[in-house]
Amino acid sequence: MTAVIEARGLTKRFNDNTVVREIDFSVPPAQCFGFLGPNGAGKTTTLRMILGQSPLSAGSLSVFGLSVPRHGSKVRKRMGVVPQTDNLDPDFTVVENLRMYGAYFDLRGDGLARRIDELLEFVELADRAHVKINTLSGGMRRRLTIARALINDPELVVLDEPTTGLDPQARHMIWARLRDLRQSGKTLLLTTHYMEEAERLCDDLVIMDHGQIVDQGSPPQLIQRHVEKEVVEIREAATVANGLLDSLSGCRTEWVGDTFYCYTDDARPVVAQIDAIDNLVFLHRPANLEDVFLKLTGRDLKD
Amino acid sequence: MDMSLPRLKGRSLAIWKRNALVWRKLIGPSLMINFGEPLLYLLGLGYGLGLFIGEMAGMDYLTFLASGIVASSAMTTATFEGLYSVYTRMVPQHTYDAMLATPIEVDDILAGEMFWCATKSLINGVAILAVAAALGAVSGPSALLALPIVFLIGLCFAGPAMVISAISPGYDFFNYYFTLAITPMFILCGVFYPVDALPEPLQAFVQLLPLTHAVALVRPLVAGQPLSNVPLHLVVLFAYAVIGYYIAVVFARRRLVV
Repeated sequence: MTAVIEARGLTKRFNDNTVVREIDFSVPPAQCFGFLGPNGAGKTTTLRMILGQSPLSAGSLSVFGLSVPRHGSKVRKRMGVVPQTDNLDPDFTVVENLRMYGAYFDLRGDGLARRIDELLEFVELADRAHVKINTLSGGMRRRLTIARALINDPELVVLDEPTTGLDPQARHMIWARLRDLRQSGKTLLLTTHYMEEAERLCDDLVIMDHGQIVDQGSPPQLIQRHVEKEVVEIREAATVANGLLDSLSGCRTEWVGDTFYCYTDDARPVVAQIDAIDNLVFLHRPANLEDVFLKLTGRDLKD
Repeated sequence: MDMSLPRLKGRSLAIWKRNALVWRKLIGPSLMINFGEPLLYLLGLGYGLGLFIGEMAGMDYLTFLASGIVASSAMTTATFEGLYSVYTRMVPQHTYDAMLATPIEVDDILAGEMFWCATKSLINGVAILAVAAALGAVSGPSALLALPIVFLIGLCFAGPAMVISAISPGYDFFNYYFTLAITPMFILCGVFYPVDALPEPLQAFVQLLPLTHAVALVRPLVAGQPLSNVPLHLVVLFAYAVIGYYIAVVFARRRLVV
C-alpha cells in the first residue's frame, strides 16, 4: 500500500534556528499516526509543512503522492484540518461556519446542507445549529472545529493537539469520534503531548524532541523497547530510609522531585518489601507510554 | 520570500461572499454611516461654505463638494476595510489561517478582500450620490457613470491598504498611514478646492497621488462637464490597484505562509 504521507530528510529552519531536523517518516493509509513530543519539539511545524502552509528548508514531502507545498491547494482539497488555536469565524453561527467553510471547498446546495446536518449529529451539536460561536463552550467549539474539518469528506484528517484544554467528558467524546473516523477508513494524523491520548488512539507513532524523531513504533512496541514491564512509584519517598530504597531488588531506579521510581520486569519482590512499611504511599502499575516519553525526552522542563 | 506572481482560481468569490454575508448582518449601522456622513458633509459644508463661495470651477459649490466627497469617500471606505477588517481577519482573528487549510491560497484571499473593499466603496458611492441628488447637487442620470469609477477607486485604495495591513505590527501602526497618506490626499487632492489653487511644486506632487485622478474623473461625471485625460487617470488608478495587490500578496505570504 502506498503511503498517504511520505517525508524524507524533512527540515525546517527559521533563520539560524533549526526547528525540524532531517526527519523521515511515512504514514500508511487508514491508520491513526501520532506525533508525540514536548512543546517546541517541532510537531506543529511538521504539520504546517504537510498542509503546504510552510515551505520546506530542505528534504522532500509528498501527500497523496503529490509533492508539497507545490500542490498544496490540491492536497488540501482532500484533507481536513483541526488546528491547535481556535479559528472559527466569530461573525457566524454554527451552521454558517460550516456552510462558509464548505464554500471554500467549492461545496454548495443540497449536498452541502445534508452534509452539515450529518456532521452536526456526528459531533452532537444539532441543537446548537443556529447559535453564535461565542456562546459555545471550549469543548463545543472543538467539536465544531472537527465537524468543519470533515466538511469535504477528507481522506486524511490532521489534528493538532485536539483535546488540549478540554475537560475529561469532552476529551472522551472526541476520542470516541476519532475512533469512529478511523473505523470508517480515514487516515488520522495527530499531534499530542497527552500519553493517554496517544496510547488510546494511535496505531503507530513517532516521538519527537528537538526537531528530531527519537523513535517510532506502536505504543506497546515502544514500551517494550525502552522500559521494563512494571513500575513501582513511591510518593514522598524522602521520608523512607535511603538504605531501604537502595536495597530494593532488581530495579532500575530514578528520583523525580520527591517521587522514587523503580522500573522492573517483576515487581512482586519489591512490592512485598515495601508493603510492610506503614504510611507509605506507593503505586504499582504496568509501564506506559509516559515512562517511554520521559526516558527518551528527559525530565527537564521544556519551556 | 515568495515573489511569484499571484494566480487566481476563482475561489476569491467565496471570500467576497463571506464578507457580504457579515455585512448583511450589520446592515443597520453600515447604512447609517454610509448615508449619515455625506449628509452631514453636504449640508454642513456644502450649504454653510457654499453660501460664501457660491460657485467653484464653473459649478455650484455643493456640486463641487459632493463630487469630491464621492471620490474621497470611496478612498476612505476601501482604506478602512483594507486596514482594520483585513488586519483583524489576518492576525488576531486567524480567519485567514482557517481559509489556508482549505484549497484557498493567499492570492485568492486578498483578491476577494480587494473586491469586497471596492464593493463597500460602491455601496457608499450610491448612498452619497442619492443624498447629493436629493439636494439637487447632481447634473443628471449621467452621474451614474461615476459608479464604475467609484468601484475602481475602491480597488485602487484597497491595494495599498492591504500592504499596510500585511506589514503592520498592530492597529496603532495605521496612524502613520492615515497621517502620512490618507489625510494629506483628503486635504490636497481637489476634494474641497481645485488643485490648480495649490503652489506649483505642490501641484506637480499631487499629480502622483491617486485621489487627484479619482476626483478628476468623478467630478465632471457628477457635474455633467466634459472629461479630459481619461486614459491617464484610469492608468494611475489601475496601477495603484494592481501594484498594491501584488505587494500585499508578497507580504501577506511572508506573514501567513512561514
